[in-house]
Amino acid sequence: MNKRKMYLRMITSSLMRRRSRMIIALLAVAIGATIFFGLATIYIDIPQQMGQEFRSYGANMIFLPSEDGESISDETADKLKGSIPENDLVGMTPFRYENVRINELPFMAAGTDFEQVKKTAPYWYITGNTPSGEGEVLVGKDLADTVGAGEGSEIFIKIETGNDKMEEFTFTVAGILQTGGNEEEYVFMSVADMERISGTKEGYDVFECSIRQSAQELKALSDKIGSENPGVTPRLVKRVAESEGTVLTKLQALVLLVTIVVLGLTMVTVATTMMAVVVERRKEIGLKKALGASNGSITGDFLGEGFFLGLFGGGIGIGLGFLFAHAVSLNVFSRTVFFHPVLIPITLGISAGVTILACLIPVRRATDVDPALVLKGE
Amino acid sequence: MNLLEVKNVSKIYGNLKALDDVSFNVKKGEWVAIMGPSGSGKSTVMNIIGGMDTASEGTVILDGVDITKEKDKNLTNIRRDKIGLIFQQFHLINYLTAVENVMVAQYYHSMPDEKEALAALERVGLKERARHLPAQLSGGEQQRCCIARALINYPALILADEPTGNLDEANEKKVLEIFKQLHDEGATLIVVTHDIEVAEQAQRTIVLEHGRLAKIVENEAFGDSGANAPEEEGYAAKGGLGQYGKPKRR
Ligand SMILES: Nc1ncnc2c1ncn2[C@@H]1O[C@H](COP(=O)(O)OP(=O)(O)OP(=O)(O)O)[C@@H](O)[C@H]1O
Ligand SMILES: [Mg+2]
Repeated sequence: MNKRKMYLRMITSSLMRRRSRMIIALLAVAIGATIFFGLATIYIDIPQQMGQEFRSYGANMIFLPSEDGESISDETADKLKGSIPENDLVGMTPFRYENVRINELPFMAAGTDFEQVKKTAPYWYITGNTPSGEGEVLVGKDLADTVGAGEGSEIFIKIETGNDKMEEFTFTVAGILQTGGNEEEYVFMSVADMERISGTKEGYDVFECSIRQSAQELKALSDKIGSENPGVTPRLVKRVAESEGTVLTKLQALVLLVTIVVLGLTMVTVATTMMAVVVERRKEIGLKKALGASNGSITGDFLGEGFFLGLFGGGIGIGLGFLFAHAVSLNVFSRTVFFHPVLIPITLGISAGVTILACLIPVRRATDVDPALVLKGE
Repeated sequence: MNLLEVKNVSKIYGNLKALDDVSFNVKKGEWVAIMGPSGSGKSTVMNIIGGMDTASEGTVILDGVDITKEKDKNLTNIRRDKIGLIFQQFHLINYLTAVENVMVAQYYHSMPDEKEALAALERVGLKERARHLPAQLSGGEQQRCCIARALINYPALILADEPTGNLDEANEKKVLEIFKQLHDEGATLIVVTHDIEVAEQAQRTIVLEHGRLAKIVENEAFGDSGANAPEEEGYAAKGGLGQYGKPKRR
């Protein structure tokens, strides 16, 4: 048997036959690695996850008619839709506005496509239901408060038809809308309803689009569409898109901070556990010294154990850490996380490094003492 | 020829003189017992001879080398190459089997050799228990394992600090039997004991009291035993433990 085999035999025996002790140390390392791997995964994933989240968060380009009083026809709309790469288009919502009266008060009514609204304005908070059939409306919170409308109640909308006459239509309130913006003063209905009550098919006043492209690409796209369609003015909306970057950086910095703090804390935990485990073995260190082992080879024994323990605990941590990140991501962002292989060597390296370092300090202290002192008493 | 010369050695702890100007010699092949009441400095002198502790004053010359002048690192090497240690509390590594415990001594000395380690265990009557962990061995068996470990590298000097202190009579006999064999093969032994029967087996008994050397008693039964010891044909020189082959390093 050569020395290397004996070395491995000693290390594996120490790990396997002192199982109950080692499991505590292993647990400490594994928990540390779990938290590190989990947080690091989330840290890397945030820009990707939240990027998608943000890009689908509200419109980032709108189309307006070039001239006041004009509107955008169905044909133009189809053409506009065609010039946006299909894979990049999240949603494109038409709006047609008309002046109406409810309880003799002037309001603005909008005809829109509620399916598309979900994509371009996912922040719309609706109490009740989204209108799904003829004669149903979504009422802004302010408007509802003013006219005393509630979910399920009826409202009467007066609108000016072709020949200066006001006509009244009855609608059912499907839901109440909250956005924090001026949408709360509007009443929304389907495009079909709008055409029915106004008696005209006039086209649209505005289209709101959500497009999955970078700021640069968007600019190019808007220039292209603008030059190809003289009747339409594309405009980039920076409302959400602009703050996207800052919010992401801040969020990521927060996670980074938490990761560092937690990593520091777990390092301390792992280190104290390992130290306790080694201090328990002072006698063994003294004995090895008495048998003529050099400080270097005793340190080597513990280094080997720490290395294996670190790898083992790190491996467990990678598995559990991914599940942890997955659960967090699912609960917080409602998305799954990606597995980042880069984190494997980093996690293993950190856990092995911390474990070894934590062993070395007490081993060093024990080897510095005369073996007679260490072996004394019982 | 003196294998060991202890000259005017003192050990001072604070204002306590654990050893006070102790001098004695041990010849190669001799078997010496150290006796004395508790706290008289027996373990202290053994630890200094074994290079596990340092003397406050005086010199200890082991095999021609003044170990009181050596650095910690060299002391480790001297321990490894020249000394076999047997402790009252055994000090076996609890996660290694009997044979592995013996191999650890080989590992730090030169090369682990399982066959040789098993042979050493057989010699102390532990062949059947070689694969047991210390916790599965009786006190006597653990001590014999310790002895096998102390012998395995053919040390010039075997130091045993109360080797039978934790053993019953039957096991004490077995251990003494092994010591006798070792002595017959030319090993040099220093054994600390409280037990007069154990001391009587030795050629000489050094008696310590309050850290001072009180007297040296020659054992009549051995006659002029010091001269009996084979000088050049030590057990190591003969090829170690007789039938167990040549030592690898010397
Ligand atoms: N590290 C130490 N610090 C202070 N005093 C010590 C130390 N080691 C030993 N002593 C003292 O030195 C004296 C001799 O101790 P030693 O262990 O050599 O006694 P001993 O003869 O082996 O006793 P026993 O038969 O009980 O084992 C004792 O009074 C002990 O208290
Ligand atoms: Mg003692």
